[in-house]
Amino acid sequence: MDGPFATAFSLIASGDPALMQIIGLSLRVTLTAVLIACAVGLPLGAALALARFPGRGAVIVVFNALMGLPPVVAGLIVYLMLSRSGPLGSLALLFTPTAMIIAQTLLILPIVISLTRSVVEDLWAEYREQLLSLGAGRLRAVPTLLWDGRVSLLTGVLAGFGRASAEVGAVLIVGGNIAGHTRTMTTAITLETARGQLGLAVALGIILLTLTLTLNAVAWGAGQWARGRLG
Amino acid sequence: MIHARRFILSAASSLALIAAAPATAQGFITVASTTSTENSGLFEHILPIFQEETGIEVRVVSQGTGQALETGRRGDADVVFVHARAQEEAFVAEGYGVQRFDVMYNDFVIVGPNDDPAGLRDAADAAAAMAAIAGAEASFASRGDDSGTHVAEMNLWAAAGVETAGTWYLSTGSGMGATLNTAAQVPAYALTDRGTWLSFENRGDLEIVFEGDPVLFNPYGIILVNPERHAHVKAEQGQAFIDWIISDDGQTAIASFTVGSEQLFFPSAASE
Repeated sequence: MDGPFATAFSLIASGDPALMQIIGLSLRVTLTAVLIACAVGLPLGAALALARFPGRGAVIVVFNALMGLPPVVAGLIVYLMLSRSGPLGSLALLFTPTAMIIAQTLLILPIVISLTRSVVEDLWAEYREQLLSLGAGRLRAVPTLLWDGRVSLLTGVLAGFGRASAEVGAVLIVGGNIAGHTRTMTTAITLETARGQLGLAVALGIILLTLTLTLNAVAWGAGQWARGRLG
Repeated sequence: MIHARRFILSAASSLALIAAAPATAQGFITVASTTSTENSGLFEHILPIFQEETGIEVRVVSQGTGQALETGRRGDADVVFVHARAQEEAFVAEGYGVQRFDVMYNDFVIVGPNDDPAGLRDAADAAAAMAAIAGAEASFASRGDDSGTHVAEMNLWAAAGVETAGTWYLSTGSGMGATLNTAAQVPAYALTDRGTWLSFENRGDLEIVFEGDPVLFNPYGIILVNPERHAHVKAEQGQAFIDWIISDDGQTAIASFTVGSEQLFFPSAASE
Protein backbone atom coordinates (compact mmCIF):
# COMPACT_ATOMS: atom_id res chain seq x y z
CA MET A 1 0.00 0.00 0.00
CA ASP A 2 2.85 2.47 -0.60
CA GLY A 3 2.36 4.14 -3.98
CA PRO A 4 -0.91 4.88 -5.75
CA PHE A 5 -0.06 2.23 -8.37
CA ALA A 6 0.29 -0.40 -5.65
CA THR A 7 -3.00 0.80 -4.12
CA ALA A 8 -4.71 0.64 -7.52
CA PHE A 9 -3.40 -2.85 -8.12
CA SER A 10 -4.39 -4.20 -4.72
CA LEU A 11 -7.85 -2.60 -5.07
CA ILE A 12 -8.38 -4.42 -8.36
CA ALA A 13 -6.85 -7.65 -7.09
CA SER A 14 -9.03 -7.67 -3.98
CA GLY A 15 -12.15 -7.52 -6.17
CA ASP A 16 -13.71 -5.17 -3.61
CA PRO A 17 -17.47 -5.38 -4.32
CA ALA A 18 -18.01 -1.66 -3.70
CA LEU A 19 -15.32 -0.80 -6.25
CA MET A 20 -16.68 -3.30 -8.79
CA GLN A 21 -20.13 -1.79 -8.33
CA ILE A 22 -18.71 1.71 -8.96
CA ILE A 23 -16.86 0.59 -12.09
CA GLY A 24 -19.91 -1.29 -13.37
CA LEU A 25 -22.18 1.70 -12.80
CA SER A 26 -19.74 4.11 -14.48
CA LEU A 27 -19.52 1.91 -17.57
CA ARG A 28 -23.25 1.28 -17.67
CA VAL A 29 -24.11 4.97 -17.43
CA THR A 30 -21.54 6.17 -19.95
CA LEU A 31 -22.02 3.38 -22.50
CA THR A 32 -25.80 3.81 -22.40
CA ALA A 33 -25.39 7.56 -22.90
CA VAL A 34 -23.03 6.95 -25.84
CA LEU A 35 -25.50 4.52 -27.38
CA ILE A 36 -28.46 6.89 -27.07
CA ALA A 37 -26.37 9.78 -28.40
CA CYS A 38 -25.38 7.65 -31.42
CA ALA A 39 -28.92 6.47 -32.08
CA VAL A 40 -30.08 10.09 -32.18
CA GLY A 41 -26.95 11.87 -33.31
CA LEU A 42 -25.83 9.77 -36.29
CA PRO A 43 -29.04 10.16 -38.31
CA LEU A 44 -29.49 13.76 -37.17
CA GLY A 45 -25.91 14.67 -38.07
CA ALA A 46 -26.25 13.01 -41.48
CA ALA A 47 -29.54 14.79 -42.10
CA LEU A 48 -27.93 18.08 -41.18
CA ALA A 49 -25.14 17.36 -43.67
CA LEU A 50 -27.46 16.66 -46.57
CA ALA A 51 -30.50 18.83 -45.94
CA ARG A 52 -30.69 22.43 -47.11
CA PHE A 53 -32.96 24.74 -45.14
CA PRO A 54 -32.91 28.35 -43.97
CA GLY A 55 -30.97 28.76 -40.74
CA ARG A 56 -28.89 25.63 -41.37
CA GLY A 57 -25.68 27.54 -40.76
CA ALA A 58 -26.95 28.74 -37.41
CA VAL A 59 -27.93 25.19 -36.38
CA ILE A 60 -24.45 23.95 -37.30
CA VAL A 61 -22.79 26.71 -35.29
CA VAL A 62 -24.99 25.99 -32.27
CA PHE A 63 -24.15 22.27 -32.26
CA ASN A 64 -20.46 23.04 -32.73
CA ALA A 65 -20.60 25.44 -29.79
CA LEU A 66 -22.50 22.92 -27.63
CA MET A 67 -19.51 20.59 -27.89
CA GLY A 68 -18.03 22.97 -25.31
CA LEU A 69 -21.08 22.90 -23.02
CA PRO A 70 -19.67 22.90 -19.48
CA PRO A 71 -20.72 19.62 -17.81
CA VAL A 72 -21.80 21.47 -14.68
CA VAL A 73 -24.25 23.54 -16.76
CA ALA A 74 -25.64 20.42 -18.44
CA GLY A 75 -26.01 18.95 -14.95
CA LEU A 76 -27.75 22.03 -13.64
CA ILE A 77 -30.25 22.05 -16.52
CA VAL A 78 -31.07 18.37 -16.00
CA TYR A 79 -31.26 18.95 -12.23
CA LEU A 80 -33.80 21.77 -12.64
CA MET A 81 -35.87 19.69 -15.07
CA LEU A 82 -35.89 16.54 -12.91
CA SER A 83 -36.16 18.14 -9.48
CA ARG A 84 -39.47 17.51 -7.72
CA SER A 85 -40.14 21.23 -8.12
CA GLY A 86 -39.23 21.06 -11.83
CA PRO A 87 -41.41 20.23 -14.85
CA LEU A 88 -40.47 16.53 -14.87
CA GLY A 89 -40.39 16.11 -11.09
CA SER A 90 -43.18 13.54 -10.99
CA LEU A 91 -40.93 11.03 -12.79
CA ALA A 92 -38.81 10.81 -9.59
CA LEU A 93 -35.61 10.53 -11.62
CA LEU A 94 -33.34 12.91 -9.71
CA PHE A 95 -30.49 11.13 -7.87
CA THR A 96 -30.84 8.00 -10.04
CA PRO A 97 -28.52 6.47 -12.66
CA THR A 98 -31.11 7.40 -15.30
CA ALA A 99 -30.63 11.09 -14.48
CA MET A 100 -26.89 10.66 -14.97
CA ILE A 101 -27.48 8.97 -18.35
CA ILE A 102 -29.65 11.90 -19.46
CA ALA A 103 -27.01 14.45 -18.43
CA GLN A 104 -24.19 12.57 -20.14
CA THR A 105 -26.26 12.09 -23.30
CA LEU A 106 -26.67 15.88 -23.43
CA LEU A 107 -22.88 16.21 -23.27
CA ILE A 108 -22.12 13.64 -25.96
CA LEU A 109 -24.90 14.42 -28.41
CA PRO A 110 -23.39 17.65 -29.84
CA ILE A 111 -20.08 15.86 -30.46
CA VAL A 112 -21.77 13.01 -32.35
CA ILE A 113 -23.99 15.36 -34.36
CA SER A 114 -21.22 17.77 -35.30
CA LEU A 115 -18.72 15.11 -36.21
CA THR A 116 -21.25 13.10 -38.22
CA ARG A 117 -22.28 16.23 -40.08
CA SER A 118 -18.71 17.03 -40.97
CA VAL A 119 -17.81 13.46 -42.06
CA VAL A 120 -20.98 12.93 -44.10
CA GLU A 121 -20.70 16.35 -45.74
CA ASP A 122 -17.18 15.53 -46.99
CA LEU A 123 -18.20 12.07 -48.23
CA TRP A 124 -21.27 13.49 -49.96
CA ALA A 125 -19.13 16.07 -51.76
CA GLU A 126 -16.88 13.27 -52.91
CA TYR A 127 -19.44 10.64 -53.95
CA ARG A 128 -22.42 12.79 -54.80
CA GLU A 129 -22.32 12.17 -58.58
CA GLN A 130 -21.74 8.48 -58.15
CA LEU A 131 -24.55 7.98 -55.65
CA LEU A 132 -27.00 10.05 -57.66
CA SER A 133 -26.14 8.15 -60.85
CA LEU A 134 -26.89 4.91 -59.01
CA GLY A 135 -30.30 6.34 -58.33
CA ALA A 136 -29.79 6.94 -54.60
CA GLY A 137 -31.53 10.08 -53.37
CA ARG A 138 -30.14 12.08 -50.48
CA LEU A 139 -32.15 10.12 -47.96
CA ARG A 140 -31.24 6.75 -49.44
CA ALA A 141 -27.58 7.73 -49.42
CA VAL A 142 -27.46 8.25 -45.64
CA PRO A 143 -26.79 4.64 -44.56
CA THR A 144 -24.13 4.24 -47.26
CA LEU A 145 -22.39 7.43 -46.25
CA LEU A 146 -22.49 6.57 -42.53
CA TRP A 147 -21.09 3.12 -43.28
CA ASP A 148 -18.34 4.61 -45.43
CA GLY A 149 -17.41 7.07 -42.74
CA ARG A 150 -17.51 4.57 -39.88
CA VAL A 151 -13.81 4.76 -39.03
CA SER A 152 -13.85 8.54 -38.70
CA LEU A 153 -17.18 8.38 -36.89
CA LEU A 154 -15.74 5.91 -34.40
CA THR A 155 -13.17 8.53 -33.37
CA GLY A 156 -15.98 10.96 -32.68
CA VAL A 157 -17.89 8.41 -30.66
CA LEU A 158 -14.75 7.70 -28.61
CA ALA A 159 -14.31 11.42 -28.01
CA GLY A 160 -17.87 11.45 -26.72
CA PHE A 161 -17.20 8.46 -24.49
CA GLY A 162 -14.09 10.18 -23.16
CA ARG A 163 -15.95 13.37 -22.38
CA ALA A 164 -18.72 11.52 -20.56
CA SER A 165 -16.57 9.09 -18.60
CA ALA A 166 -14.16 11.82 -17.49
CA GLU A 167 -16.66 14.43 -16.34
CA VAL A 168 -17.73 14.88 -12.74
CA GLY A 169 -19.73 18.12 -12.62
CA ALA A 170 -22.92 16.82 -14.19
CA VAL A 171 -23.14 13.39 -12.54
CA LEU A 172 -22.39 14.89 -9.14
CA ILE A 173 -25.32 17.31 -9.38
CA VAL A 174 -27.93 14.98 -10.86
CA GLY A 175 -26.71 11.73 -9.30
CA GLY A 176 -25.82 13.03 -5.84
CA ASN A 177 -22.85 10.67 -5.40
CA ILE A 178 -24.94 8.28 -3.29
CA ALA A 179 -22.89 5.34 -2.04
CA GLY A 180 -23.88 2.09 -3.75
CA HIS A 181 -26.42 3.84 -5.95
CA THR A 182 -25.08 6.75 -7.98
CA ARG A 183 -21.39 6.82 -7.05
CA THR A 184 -19.22 6.68 -10.18
CA MET A 185 -15.47 6.58 -10.68
CA THR A 186 -15.21 10.36 -10.99
CA THR A 187 -17.48 11.24 -8.07
CA ALA A 188 -15.64 8.68 -5.91
CA ILE A 189 -12.36 10.37 -6.85
CA THR A 190 -13.83 13.74 -5.86
CA LEU A 191 -15.00 12.33 -2.52
CA GLU A 192 -11.68 10.68 -1.68
CA THR A 193 -9.88 13.92 -2.56
CA ALA A 194 -12.19 15.80 -0.20
CA ARG A 195 -11.39 13.23 2.48
CA GLY A 196 -7.71 13.95 1.99
CA GLN A 197 -7.20 10.32 0.88
CA LEU A 198 -5.12 11.43 -2.08
CA GLY A 199 -3.46 8.03 -2.59
CA LEU A 200 -6.81 6.28 -2.92
CA ALA A 201 -8.07 9.07 -5.22
CA VAL A 202 -5.08 8.68 -7.53
CA ALA A 203 -5.48 4.88 -7.47
CA LEU A 204 -9.09 5.25 -8.62
CA GLY A 205 -7.86 7.66 -11.31
CA ILE A 206 -5.38 5.06 -12.54
CA ILE A 207 -8.14 2.46 -12.76
CA LEU A 208 -10.35 4.87 -14.72
CA LEU A 209 -7.51 5.69 -17.13
CA THR A 210 -6.77 2.00 -17.61
CA LEU A 211 -10.39 1.31 -18.48
CA THR A 212 -10.47 4.19 -20.97
CA LEU A 213 -7.17 3.05 -22.48
CA THR A 214 -8.45 -0.51 -22.89
CA LEU A 215 -11.65 0.62 -24.56
CA ASN A 216 -9.74 2.88 -26.96
CA ALA A 217 -7.27 0.12 -27.80
CA VAL A 218 -10.14 -2.23 -28.65
CA ALA A 219 -11.81 0.44 -30.80
CA TRP A 220 -8.56 1.27 -32.58
CA GLY A 221 -7.88 -2.39 -33.21
CA ALA A 222 -11.37 -2.83 -34.63
CA GLY A 223 -10.81 0.20 -36.89
CA GLN A 224 -7.51 -1.17 -38.15
CA TRP A 225 -9.09 -4.54 -38.78
CA ALA A 226 -11.95 -2.98 -40.74
CA ARG A 227 -9.52 -0.86 -42.76
CA GLY A 228 -7.31 -3.85 -43.58
CA ARG A 229 -10.20 -6.06 -44.59
CA LEU A 230 -11.87 -3.54 -46.82
CA GLY A 231 -8.75 -1.85 -48.17
CA MET B 1 -23.30 -6.46 -38.70
CA ILE B 2 -23.53 -9.33 -36.25
CA HIS B 3 -21.30 -7.37 -33.92
CA ALA B 4 -23.43 -4.30 -34.29
CA ARG B 5 -26.55 -6.30 -33.55
CA ARG B 6 -25.03 -7.87 -30.47
CA PHE B 7 -23.93 -4.44 -29.29
CA ILE B 8 -27.43 -3.08 -29.71
CA LEU B 9 -28.91 -6.09 -27.94
CA SER B 10 -26.64 -5.74 -24.94
CA ALA B 11 -27.30 -2.03 -24.83
CA ALA B 12 -31.03 -2.65 -24.99
CA SER B 13 -30.79 -5.07 -22.10
CA SER B 14 -28.84 -2.56 -20.06
CA LEU B 15 -31.58 -0.02 -20.81
CA ALA B 16 -34.13 -2.54 -19.57
CA LEU B 17 -32.12 -2.92 -16.37
CA ILE B 18 -32.22 0.82 -15.85
CA ALA B 19 -35.95 0.91 -16.42
CA ALA B 20 -36.40 -1.88 -13.90
CA ALA B 21 -34.29 -0.21 -11.21
CA PRO B 22 -36.96 2.04 -9.63
CA ALA B 23 -39.37 -0.89 -9.28
CA THR B 24 -36.94 -2.91 -7.16
CA ALA B 25 -35.99 0.11 -5.08
CA GLN B 26 -38.90 -0.05 -2.65
CA GLY B 27 -38.22 1.02 0.88
CA PHE B 28 -35.54 3.62 0.47
CA ILE B 29 -35.40 7.22 1.59
CA THR B 30 -33.22 10.06 0.41
CA VAL B 31 -31.44 12.08 3.07
CA ALA B 32 -29.81 15.41 2.22
CA SER B 33 -26.92 15.86 4.59
CA THR B 34 -23.64 17.67 4.95
CA THR B 35 -20.15 16.97 3.71
CA SER B 36 -18.90 16.79 7.30
CA THR B 37 -21.05 13.76 8.15
CA GLU B 38 -20.21 12.01 4.87
CA ASN B 39 -16.49 12.82 4.77
CA SER B 40 -15.95 11.72 8.36
CA GLY B 41 -17.37 8.26 7.59
CA LEU B 42 -20.23 8.48 10.12
CA PHE B 43 -22.89 7.28 7.66
CA GLU B 44 -20.88 4.24 6.61
CA HIS B 45 -20.84 3.33 10.29
CA ILE B 46 -24.48 3.90 11.31
CA LEU B 47 -26.55 3.30 8.16
CA PRO B 48 -25.87 -0.45 7.89
CA ILE B 49 -27.10 -0.80 11.49
CA PHE B 50 -30.33 1.04 10.66
CA GLN B 51 -30.88 -0.93 7.46
CA GLU B 52 -30.30 -4.17 9.33
CA GLU B 53 -32.97 -3.28 11.89
CA THR B 54 -35.63 -1.85 9.59
CA GLY B 55 -34.88 -2.95 6.02
CA ILE B 56 -35.04 0.66 4.91
CA GLU B 57 -32.21 1.76 2.64
CA VAL B 58 -30.94 5.29 3.26
CA ARG B 59 -29.51 7.12 0.27
CA VAL B 60 -27.39 10.04 1.41
CA VAL B 61 -26.72 13.04 -0.79
CA SER B 62 -24.01 15.04 0.93
CA GLN B 63 -23.93 18.76 0.27
CA GLY B 64 -23.25 21.94 2.18
CA THR B 65 -25.99 22.78 4.71
CA GLY B 66 -27.36 25.57 2.47
CA GLN B 67 -27.63 23.27 -0.53
CA ALA B 68 -29.00 20.40 1.56
CA LEU B 69 -31.82 22.61 2.87
CA GLU B 70 -32.50 23.79 -0.69
CA THR B 71 -32.71 20.13 -1.78
CA GLY B 72 -35.31 19.64 0.96
CA ARG B 73 -37.21 22.79 -0.06
CA ARG B 74 -37.44 21.53 -3.63
CA GLY B 75 -38.75 18.20 -2.36
CA ASP B 76 -35.77 16.23 -3.62
CA ALA B 77 -35.09 14.64 -0.24
CA ASP B 78 -37.29 13.06 2.41
CA VAL B 79 -35.16 14.05 5.38
CA VAL B 80 -32.53 16.75 5.94
CA PHE B 81 -29.74 16.21 8.47
CA VAL B 82 -27.64 19.34 8.83
CA HIS B 83 -25.91 21.75 11.20
CA ALA B 84 -26.95 25.40 11.05
CA ARG B 85 -29.56 25.88 13.71
CA ALA B 86 -30.97 29.25 12.62
CA GLN B 87 -31.41 28.06 9.04
CA GLU B 88 -32.97 24.80 10.23
CA GLU B 89 -35.49 26.68 12.35
CA ALA B 90 -36.30 28.94 9.39
CA PHE B 91 -36.78 25.82 7.26
CA VAL B 92 -39.38 24.52 9.70
CA ALA B 93 -40.99 27.95 10.21
CA GLU B 94 -41.45 28.37 6.45
CA GLY B 95 -43.36 25.09 6.43
CA TYR B 96 -40.81 23.05 4.48
CA GLY B 97 -39.96 20.89 7.47
CA VAL B 98 -42.20 19.21 10.03
CA GLN B 99 -40.13 19.45 13.20
CA ARG B 100 -36.47 19.73 14.13
CA PHE B 101 -34.89 17.17 16.47
CA ASP B 102 -31.50 17.44 18.16
CA VAL B 103 -29.32 14.49 17.16
CA MET B 104 -25.71 15.05 18.15
CA TYR B 105 -22.97 17.58 18.27
CA ASN B 106 -19.33 17.88 17.60
CA ASP B 107 -17.25 21.01 17.73
CA PHE B 108 -15.32 23.30 15.45
CA VAL B 109 -11.60 23.78 15.75
CA ILE B 110 -9.29 26.27 14.08
CA VAL B 111 -6.40 24.63 12.29
CA GLY B 112 -3.36 26.47 11.00
CA PRO B 113 0.33 26.21 10.15
CA ASN B 114 2.23 24.79 13.12
CA ASP B 115 4.48 27.89 13.36
CA ASP B 116 1.22 29.77 14.08
CA PRO B 117 2.12 33.21 12.60
CA ALA B 118 -0.93 34.93 14.11
CA GLY B 119 -0.35 33.45 17.58
CA LEU B 120 -3.70 31.69 17.94
CA ARG B 121 -2.39 29.34 20.62
CA ASP B 122 -2.36 32.35 22.99
CA ALA B 123 -5.85 33.59 22.10
CA ALA B 124 -8.27 33.92 25.02
CA ASP B 125 -11.40 32.98 23.09
CA ALA B 126 -12.61 32.26 19.57
CA ALA B 127 -13.38 35.90 18.77
CA ALA B 128 -9.87 36.92 19.85
CA ALA B 129 -8.44 34.12 17.70
CA MET B 130 -10.28 35.36 14.64
CA ALA B 131 -9.25 38.96 15.37
CA ALA B 132 -5.62 37.79 15.64
CA ILE B 133 -5.78 36.21 12.17
CA ALA B 134 -7.22 39.39 10.66
CA GLY B 135 -4.79 41.58 12.59
CA ALA B 136 -1.79 39.63 11.28
CA GLU B 137 -3.39 39.37 7.82
CA ALA B 138 -2.48 35.69 7.97
CA SER B 139 -3.97 33.56 5.20
CA PHE B 140 -7.38 32.09 6.03
CA ALA B 141 -9.18 29.54 3.85
CA SER B 142 -12.95 29.89 4.08
CA ARG B 143 -15.56 27.44 2.80
CA GLY B 144 -17.43 30.34 1.20
CA ASP B 145 -20.27 27.99 0.26
CA ASP B 146 -23.12 28.85 2.65
CA SER B 147 -22.55 25.59 4.51
CA GLY B 148 -23.10 25.18 8.23
CA THR B 149 -19.37 25.58 8.80
CA HIS B 150 -19.31 28.72 6.69
CA VAL B 151 -22.25 30.19 8.62
CA ALA B 152 -20.45 29.43 11.90
CA GLU B 153 -17.32 31.11 10.54
CA MET B 154 -19.25 34.24 9.53
CA ASN B 155 -20.75 34.42 13.03
CA LEU B 156 -17.24 34.26 14.51
CA TRP B 157 -15.98 37.08 12.26
CA ALA B 158 -19.01 39.16 13.27
CA ALA B 159 -18.28 38.49 16.96
CA ALA B 160 -14.67 39.57 16.39
CA GLY B 161 -15.83 42.69 14.54
CA VAL B 162 -13.70 41.90 11.51
CA GLU B 163 -14.28 42.75 7.83
CA THR B 164 -13.10 39.77 5.80
CA ALA B 165 -11.69 41.72 2.91
CA GLY B 166 -8.14 41.43 1.63
CA THR B 167 -5.83 39.07 -0.16
CA TRP B 168 -5.31 37.06 3.04
CA TYR B 169 -8.94 35.88 2.97
CA LEU B 170 -9.39 32.97 0.56
CA SER B 171 -12.98 32.01 -0.20
CA THR B 172 -12.66 28.54 -1.72
CA GLY B 173 -16.34 27.97 -2.47
CA SER B 174 -15.91 24.24 -1.84
CA GLY B 175 -16.49 21.50 0.67
CA MET B 176 -14.63 20.98 3.97
CA GLY B 177 -12.11 18.50 2.57
CA ALA B 178 -11.31 20.61 -0.47
CA THR B 179 -10.91 23.67 1.76
CA LEU B 180 -8.51 21.76 4.05
CA ASN B 181 -6.54 20.63 0.99
CA THR B 182 -6.21 24.31 0.04
CA ALA B 183 -5.30 25.37 3.59
CA ALA B 184 -2.60 22.69 3.76
CA GLN B 185 -1.03 23.98 0.56
CA VAL B 186 -1.04 27.73 1.22
CA PRO B 187 -0.61 27.17 4.26
CA ALA B 188 -3.58 28.98 5.78
CA TYR B 189 -5.77 28.94 8.85
CA ALA B 190 -9.19 27.33 8.48
CA LEU B 191 -12.24 26.63 10.58
CA THR B 192 -13.21 22.95 10.41
CA ASP B 193 -15.45 20.56 12.25
CA ARG B 194 -13.40 18.20 14.37
CA GLY B 195 -14.85 15.11 12.67
CA THR B 196 -13.63 16.02 9.21
CA TRP B 197 -10.28 17.08 10.63
CA LEU B 198 -9.69 13.81 12.51
CA SER B 199 -10.39 11.70 9.46
CA PHE B 200 -8.53 14.03 7.08
CA GLU B 201 -5.16 12.69 6.03
CA ASN B 202 -3.56 15.30 3.77
CA ARG B 203 -2.72 17.67 6.64
CA GLY B 204 0.69 18.89 5.52
CA ASP B 205 1.88 21.45 8.06
CA LEU B 206 -1.51 22.03 9.68
CA GLU B 207 -2.32 21.48 13.34
CA ILE B 208 -5.13 22.41 15.66
CA VAL B 209 -4.13 25.85 16.97
CA PHE B 210 -7.34 26.82 18.74
CA GLU B 211 -10.13 24.78 20.33
CA GLY B 212 -12.42 24.54 23.31
CA ASP B 213 -14.43 27.78 23.29
CA PRO B 214 -18.13 26.90 23.91
CA VAL B 215 -19.16 29.06 20.92
CA LEU B 216 -17.48 26.45 18.72
CA PHE B 217 -20.18 23.96 19.70
CA ASN B 218 -21.66 22.47 16.50
CA PRO B 219 -25.12 20.90 16.91
CA TYR B 220 -26.73 18.72 14.23
CA GLY B 221 -30.47 18.59 13.70
CA ILE B 222 -32.69 16.26 11.70
CA ILE B 223 -35.95 17.31 10.02
CA LEU B 224 -38.60 15.46 8.02
CA VAL B 225 -39.48 17.32 4.83
CA ASN B 226 -43.12 18.36 5.12
CA PRO B 227 -45.41 15.97 3.20
CA GLU B 228 -48.01 18.75 3.08
CA ARG B 229 -45.61 20.66 0.81
CA HIS B 230 -44.42 17.67 -1.16
CA ALA B 231 -46.93 14.85 -1.22
CA HIS B 232 -44.40 12.32 -2.52
CA VAL B 233 -42.24 12.58 0.63
CA LYS B 234 -41.89 9.15 2.24
CA ALA B 235 -43.08 10.40 5.59
CA GLU B 236 -43.44 7.01 7.22
CA GLN B 237 -39.97 5.70 6.40
CA GLY B 238 -38.40 9.12 6.88
CA GLN B 239 -39.96 9.41 10.34
CA ALA B 240 -38.78 5.85 11.09
CA PHE B 241 -35.23 6.96 10.39
CA ILE B 242 -35.60 10.04 12.59
CA ASP B 243 -37.17 7.98 15.38
CA TRP B 244 -34.31 5.50 15.17
CA ILE B 245 -31.52 8.06 15.13
CA ILE B 246 -32.84 9.80 18.26
CA SER B 247 -33.59 6.47 19.99
CA ASP B 248 -31.16 4.78 22.36
CA ASP B 249 -30.05 2.45 19.56
CA GLY B 250 -29.31 5.27 17.14
CA GLN B 251 -27.61 7.38 19.77
CA THR B 252 -25.44 4.44 20.83
CA ALA B 253 -24.49 3.84 17.20
CA ILE B 254 -23.40 7.48 16.85
CA ALA B 255 -21.40 7.37 20.08
CA SER B 256 -19.63 4.17 19.00
CA PHE B 257 -18.22 5.76 15.84
CA THR B 258 -14.55 6.53 16.32
CA VAL B 259 -11.59 7.52 14.18
CA GLY B 260 -8.22 6.53 15.61
CA SER B 261 -9.93 5.78 18.97
CA GLU B 262 -11.36 9.31 19.20
CA GLN B 263 -15.12 9.71 19.37
CA LEU B 264 -16.25 12.20 16.69
CA PHE B 265 -19.92 12.88 17.47
CA PHE B 266 -21.66 13.17 20.83
CA PRO B 267 -25.33 12.14 21.10
CA SER B 268 -27.63 14.96 22.19
CA ALA B 269 -31.17 13.81 21.46
CA ALA B 270 -33.58 14.72 24.23
CA SER B 271 -34.30 11.54 26.16
CA GLU B 272 -37.97 10.85 26.62
